[in-house]
Amino acid sequence: MQINTVPLLPEQASTFALQVDLLTLYLVAVSAFFTVLIVGLLIFFSVKYRRRSDADRPPQTVANLLLEVTWIVIPLALSFVMFIWGATIFFKMSSPPKEAIDVYVTGKQWMWKIQHINGHREINELHVPVGKPVRLTMTSEDVLHSFYIPAFRIKADVIPGSYSKMWFQATKPGKYHLFCAEYCGTKHSGMIGSIIVMEQSDYDAWLTNSKDSSLAEAGQKLFKTLGCASCHNADSGVRGPNLEGIYGRQTQVRLQDGNTLTNVTADERYLRESLLNPNAKVTEGFAPNMPTYQGLVTEEQILQLISYMKTLTPVVSSNTGNTNKVVPPPVAAPAPVQTNQAPKVDAKTTENKSSGSQAKSEPAK
Amino acid sequence: MSEHKEQENYLTAGFSLKSWLLTYDHKRIAILYLISIVTMFFIGGIFAALMRVELMTPQSDVFEPDNYNKLFTMHGIVMVFFFIIPAVPGVLGNFLLPLMIGAKDVAFPKLNLLSWYVYMVGATFTLYTIVSGGVDTGWTFYTPYSTSASQTHVVPVVLGLFITGFSSILTGLNFMVTVHRMRAPGLTWFRLPLMVWSLYATSIIQILGTPVIAVTLMMAGLEKIFRIGLFDPALGGDPVLFQHLFWFYSHPAVYIMIVPGMGVINEVVTCFSRRGIFGYRAIAFANVGFVIFSFVVWGHHMVVAGQSVYSALIFSILSYLVGIFSAIKVFNWTATMYKGSISFETPMLYVLGFQGLFLIGGLTGLFLAALGFDVHVHDTYFVVAHFHYVMVGGLVMAFMAGIHFWWPKITGKMYPELIAKFSMILVFAGFNFTFFPQFILGYLGMPRRYASYSEEFQVLNILSTAGGSVLGLGFLLTVLYMVWSLYFGKKVNANPWKATGLEWEHASSPPITENFHEIPVVTEDPYNYANRDFIKDFPKEVEVGA
Repeated sequence: MQINTVPLLPEQASTFALQVDLLTLYLVAVSAFFTVLIVGLLIFFSVKYRRRSDADRPPQTVANLLLEVTWIVIPLALSFVMFIWGATIFFKMSSPPKEAIDVYVTGKQWMWKIQHINGHREINELHVPVGKPVRLTMTSEDVLHSFYIPAFRIKADVIPGSYSKMWFQATKPGKYHLFCAEYCGTKHSGMIGSIIVMEQSDYDAWLTNSKDSSLAEAGQKLFKTLGCASCHNADSGVRGPNLEGIYGRQTQVRLQDGNTLTNVTADERYLRESLLNPNAKVTEGFAPNMPTYQGLVTEEQILQLISYMKTLTPVVSSNTGNTNKVVPPPVAAPAPVQTNQAPKVDAKTTENKSSGSQAKSEPAK
Repeated sequence: MSEHKEQENYLTAGFSLKSWLLTYDHKRIAILYLISIVTMFFIGGIFAALMRVELMTPQSDVFEPDNYNKLFTMHGIVMVFFFIIPAVPGVLGNFLLPLMIGAKDVAFPKLNLLSWYVYMVGATFTLYTIVSGGVDTGWTFYTPYSTSASQTHVVPVVLGLFITGFSSILTGLNFMVTVHRMRAPGLTWFRLPLMVWSLYATSIIQILGTPVIAVTLMMAGLEKIFRIGLFDPALGGDPVLFQHLFWFYSHPAVYIMIVPGMGVINEVVTCFSRRGIFGYRAIAFANVGFVIFSFVVWGHHMVVAGQSVYSALIFSILSYLVGIFSAIKVFNWTATMYKGSISFETPMLYVLGFQGLFLIGGLTGLFLAALGFDVHVHDTYFVVAHFHYVMVGGLVMAFMAGIHFWWPKITGKMYPELIAKFSMILVFAGFNFTFFPQFILGYLGMPRRYASYSEEFQVLNILSTAGGSVLGLGFLLTVLYMVWSLYFGKKVNANPWKATGLEWEHASSPPITENFHEIPVVTEDPYNYANRDFIKDFPKEVEVGA
């Protein structure tokens, strides 16, 4: 994409692009009006009221309340339009449609790692179909980054220890810049890549080319090797909550200080926390005896596990028996003292292992 | 008006180094500040020049990326904490506040000297980090990069800024007490020059805000040294918490930077238009508005940092409300010129330059407060251009207006007018060529803090670098002719501009150590130009003592 002339706008390649550009046009128009007004007055006064003799003595300045109120009210009204307009676009940017295609992004110094729902992985490139909403769920392995696509007019910070979301719908096939917009160290300006928008048929062909197992399948394998199933299965239901239908479920949880919270939704953030800091919120009726997986799973693997948990809908579940009921045991047996050792899988080197494992097993009250 | 023979003044009160370094005279302390901040300005300017050289080509070819990262970090730290924040209060505020309110000195002269020493200790820490290899976190010190990833000298620079903060707090405290306790008889609050209102408002923000940044930087330092989990999620901290705390100070700090500059504009525009200020009370209360609202808009720096949609909405609308106070001031200054008798010496040219540039800086602030727009340009060159229009186009232009305006009062000598006007045009034109292209660069999507960039951005970057060299030339020229005027400048009488105000009408140029021979009594509103006869009431432009 070599551009020789200097353009004033980046390409418009998403549904947001035109909306943002129209808002910009309004902002420029209002600004141009006031700039011409003020600069015009400054020049006009400078010429008309220039000092002609050192004896010039201008009259006393007269107050004019009406004038002062006018130039408070009119700019306020104009900026209120800016506020509403900007907020409307922002609301749209913050509300991804339900049917959006999910893509998972992990930032690290200095690359973007991307996982598609079918398990296809890419680095510094993101392939998406034209005309379909795409939702990105993003996190970082180290410091802050920011996922920025100028042609789509969107960006969102990528924050370690948290999930941020962003969505877009591309309108034009092509290759567009992907920039990291939040300073992240030495090669910050090298943490760039491309968004490749494809026709649906090309995209389908590209996607099926993948030999990777799907995200959920990878998650299922991890679920087994990490030994999650020994506590979290429909049959046991004693040591850990049944995870069928966990995603989006409303649960009552107990906090470390003994207080309870009702109607906590088990979203990505909640599931991630339950893995890394299991005792922060414990499902009512269970003992806080789950070990932490901090340092044992990578951010990408966490996303795989979450994808797997999302597939555990009660209806699709292949498990037998009590599907829908979440049955807390009447009285939780006093939990055995945990040593916080979880099976190691693909562990990254960890100095920070201890910090996440404040898991002190106390019997449930 | 008091016309005395060639006599002792604060400059001739002592010539030894000790008489300067141990002085309690607010005017001498102002000179100490002037020398320090101009030095820091040129250090920061050299960093900027080196950055612009690197950015002439898309590749990162002049410096290693690590060194480029250090350059923009040091540029930001030096300019923000050691130049812009102390510039107007430290130099013009210190020199003028007691003179403007008819006092012999500030309330706590020793504390005032201490402020300067504290500033110098903080500056020394920062200079140490420069010599020892720099720091690369950006002036914002965002966590967890600053506390866990950066291998550079974060701790000494954070310590330096922690110390410098006390200088700011002490100056603020001193000014507040001075305004409350030391006004001349008859000088009621609504007879104060608006510059005093500005300095007072700034002092409140300094006292309330600076402790927050001091504590925040200390927390970052503690996390860095002792690995206490405050901001790094790997240690159980929250990185966004740092941003909340940082901007809770650093947004009000924008007003610490710009409000004193606005104060200067009031004094200069009235003098060169020979007009009373239009809407005195509106401007005075706009300062109060800045104090209140500047503390509740910090979230507009964090629109894409994962705050809730509703917080973003609140911060957006509050940002529009704070904007209105700037609008009031700009309109009032323009209206002040109406039916005036306007002359165009260098200070007035800088005021006109300020009006144009601050207007653009302020209006693009309205762009950024629109959430949907901010998502696109946040952390791009659009933001860089915006705050340079406010900081350089606003504060530096105001500072230049002020330093030219009061130069004859401070030194007793007049700067050379023609070359000063020429420099002003260089600064104004150079500034626009440097920063206007950056608005377009930002909208096109060029992120800030990039050592290398995509090729389509090159043309605008070359333009920006070219403008930067003109800008640099303008500043350099200013320092040269100002120093020249100390030796060869024409001597001036007490009031060469025929201005109102106690510092012009009741003190000599330069003032005596005690400022006034007798404490003046104030019987009129400020800027009472309509009641002056410009032929009879002011001394002729003759050399003092001739």
